[in-house]
Amino acid sequence: MIASMNRTNTDVIQGTLDMLILKTLSLEPMHGFGIARRIEQITDNVFKVNAGSLLTALQRLERNGWLNADWQVTENSRRARVYALTQKGRKQLHEETADWQRRSAAISRLLKAQA
Amino acid sequence: MSIGRNLVRGFRNLVRRKHADGDIADEVDSFIAEAKADFEARGFTAEAAARATRMALGSSTALREEVRFYGWENMIDGMFQDLRYALRRLRATPAFTLVSIGTLALGLGATSAIFSVINGVLLKPLPYAHPEQLVAVWMTAPGVKIADLNMAPSVYFTMCDEERAFQAVSIFATGSTTVTGKTHPEEVRAVFATHELLPILGVQPQLGRFFAAADDDPKGVRTAMLSDGYWRSHFGGDRSVLGRQLLIEGNTVSIIGVLPPSFQFMDHKADLLIPMRFDRAKTNLGVFSYQGVGRLKPGVTLKQADADLARMLPLVAQRFPPPAGYTVKMFDDARIAPNLRLLKDDLVGDIGNMLWVVMATVGIVLLIACANVANLLLVRTEARQQELAVRAALGAGAVRIARELLFESVTLGAIAGAVGLGLSRAGLKLLTAPDLVHLPRSGDIRIDGWVLLFTLIVSIGFSLLFGLIPVLRHVRPRLANTLRSGGRSMSHSKDRQQVRSFLVIFQVALALVLLVTSGLMIRTFRNLHHVDPGFTNAQEIQTVRIGIPDEDVKEPERVIHMQQAMLEKVRAVNGVISASVISSVPMGGGESNDPVYAADKTYREGTIAPLRRYKSIAPAYFTTMGQRLLAGRDLTWADIYNGGEVAVVSENTARDIWGAPEAALGKRIRPNQKDNWREVIGVVADERADGVDKPAPTIVYWPLLTKNFESEPLVVERYISFVIRTPRAGSVSLENEIQKALWSVYSNLPLAKTDTLQTFYSRSLARTSFTLLLLAIAGGMALLLGLVGIYGVISYSVSQRTREIGIRLALGAPIAQVTTAFVRSGLILSAIGCGCGLAAALMLVPLMKSLLFSVSPSDPLTYALTSGSLILAAALASYLPARRATKVDPVEALRAE
Repeated sequence: MIASMNRTNTDVIQGTLDMLILKTLSLEPMHGFGIARRIEQITDNVFKVNAGSLLTALQRLERNGWLNADWQVTENSRRARVYALTQKGRKQLHEETADWQRRSAAISRLLKAQA
Repeated sequence: MSIGRNLVRGFRNLVRRKHADGDIADEVDSFIAEAKADFEARGFTAEAAARATRMALGSSTALREEVRFYGWENMIDGMFQDLRYALRRLRATPAFTLVSIGTLALGLGATSAIFSVINGVLLKPLPYAHPEQLVAVWMTAPGVKIADLNMAPSVYFTMCDEERAFQAVSIFATGSTTVTGKTHPEEVRAVFATHELLPILGVQPQLGRFFAAADDDPKGVRTAMLSDGYWRSHFGGDRSVLGRQLLIEGNTVSIIGVLPPSFQFMDHKADLLIPMRFDRAKTNLGVFSYQGVGRLKPGVTLKQADADLARMLPLVAQRFPPPAGYTVKMFDDARIAPNLRLLKDDLVGDIGNMLWVVMATVGIVLLIACANVANLLLVRTEARQQELAVRAALGAGAVRIARELLFESVTLGAIAGAVGLGLSRAGLKLLTAPDLVHLPRSGDIRIDGWVLLFTLIVSIGFSLLFGLIPVLRHVRPRLANTLRSGGRSMSHSKDRQQVRSFLVIFQVALALVLLVTSGLMIRTFRNLHHVDPGFTNAQEIQTVRIGIPDEDVKEPERVIHMQQAMLEKVRAVNGVISASVISSVPMGGGESNDPVYAADKTYREGTIAPLRRYKSIAPAYFTTMGQRLLAGRDLTWADIYNGGEVAVVSENTARDIWGAPEAALGKRIRPNQKDNWREVIGVVADERADGVDKPAPTIVYWPLLTKNFESEPLVVERYISFVIRTPRAGSVSLENEIQKALWSVYSNLPLAKTDTLQTFYSRSLARTSFTLLLLAIAGGMALLLGLVGIYGVISYSVSQRTREIGIRLALGAPIAQVTTAFVRSGLILSAIGCGCGLAAALMLVPLMKSLLFSVSPSDPLTYALTSGSLILAAALASYLPARRATKVDPVEALRAE
């Protein structure tokens, strides 16, 4: 109980979901739920991924040509749509990461200055 | 790449909706299964895992819907859904749907039909290459009061030599000629032109060659070109036609080419194109009676071309001699100046004014129709208020509801637009019917891409306009109020009634504007009919036009004898009351103006006398036409055979020269200073020779045969019209008998052109009747729609206040008082509408001044009558529903709600 009080989980920051998905998929191809779980795990449950947003985002990224989607049978013999990063997606990830780092560094600097 | 992928995926999803939905459902199910498996892996029982999953993810349907909403194709899909829903709702209320589609379709159809005419006549460029370079060569001669002076050969030759602003100039005339050498001589339509005409228009013959300068040589071989139609009908489209010969008015002519099927020389339908063979050596300064067309050099403006012609005009008088009896000084005094016009403007003339007035009129009808439909939509949306409020309460977005409402009106508009296009097609057939009115370029009037686009934009635009009114009123319903009142509105909200009242005022105002315009047109029409045209009972006068060319009969004496013999034969035809001959019938065109000198007046040396209209007649012309003889006597055959040294003048000519009709008798006049004097023997009433709406020209009637006339020793009028008064006028049997009578004297005549005088008379009124017809239809529709609007508002307000009426009647209010209250509110609306309409009419109607004839655009009588009758009609339209209020049974009314 104490642990959970420390961990307030929030929705993903607006506009970063795409980047989180791309980053997660850059590790290995996986299905939708896998992505959600991985994001929650890695961020130590700080970010909670809304299923509807995630699936819509996956469609959008796939349409943009950043992901390829393929129906596969998972290790526990269920059918799932498995997403993999494309070359274009990798480039996009680099761009978004660089952009994010620039911005977060700026915000940190600003917050430090105030403190 | 990604756009391509997006498009492909979108289309695939649209086409295979089920498959795409299935895919999403599968993915959502798989997501949920994985989530559940995850819970199980963390030690939940199957049941607990299922519950936890549902807690975390919500229902699978909601999730599916959320994911499904992504993608552009779903926007379209949503719109199709709205469309289907709109169609279903429209089908559910057939009466509303039919009434609004019918109303709108009438307005849209009329607008689209008139736009087709405007597009074809005014907007489309002429069907020639670089039409902006084509000009009609006109001049003006203020010195002799001629606003539009035609082209003359002397000007043409000078322009050919000296032009700097033009690529080429051609001179032409249109008319008819006779092809002989067959069983019967054939009258064919012809354009006579100098060889530059086809290159100027940029028309390539489909067979053979262009005309060359040699074809214009009066000593050269006679040549002609055939139209595609004439080639096909007379030569079966035979390609070996080149070099074959035709006999035209007795001359052998070789065919050198065939014009392309698309060729259309402005509005003239020609079978033959024949070179104009002017003899330059014999050309003088006279004969300003041809038409000229030119092509400007690229980049040259009309003003520059005018300046170029102004520079050339003085050269004309230096290079060509004046005709006999005239001096160069007279030409200087005429002050001839250029007056070039774009060929299109020349062709279209002043009909644009009338067309725009009609367009504005149908536009107003469309606005009134839209106001009516907006009113219906308001009622309809009001009835749905509960439903909309419930939906809004359940979370339907304002945009979504607005979109749905707008979709309904746009669907209405689109269907009405399609129906309207059908109406417009039918309407165009009527509008362009040749016997209704002469529209220039009528061949170019059709429903083309521009008309379709126009109709589409107007239908959608106007449906958004009237659709927005209920949307603005209802999209943010005051939820609590609406839901609470539960439909039992004690009194309907005031501002909604205000919108409806405003719409009615708007309709009444517009309707009044249209009624005023139709009223003024009716007055114009009546005024025109009261004008004495110079003849009586035109439908009883048959006119027959013939010509005896000098290739056939050389001697003038023989011609006049033949003409008299023909007249005698015509008079003997059964049923003929009287008959005579004139060079040109009233309102039939073919005018000719020349100076007239009076012996008792002095003219400054070398100046030109005022021009008069010249006509030539045989005896009994005035009695045949019913033209009143005011003084003196008619001419006789003896006058003619004695050398024709007499004349009859019109009343305005007599007044112009001598001050009074009687004063003209015995006075002597002549066409120029060298001719013999002729005695004025009679004065007749004025003749409206140019049309009822044009001032009567000052006319001199000469005998058919004249000696020493216009410097000719003996002149006879070879092209004449018989005017024949008979109750049988217009019948085919009469035409046949007359034709036989003429042939018995002269068998070489082609089939004569016959018309009753009524045809000419109606044609001269055609534009006014046509405008009147269209404006009256528009005014009638506007009145009807306006009255329906008032009726609707009052009857709605009666139905809304049934309860109140019930209470008032139960408390003893007299029936008359209740009725009066409703009629009064109807009258107040229409009075305000009339006031606004009067103001609008006073501002707008002066724009149609050029269509009116001796009635002022602010004619008080018309304004008073139309607004009076409109208010009266409005009172009736309010009384009918108000009467229903009195039939309310108080008990029923109170129980009803």
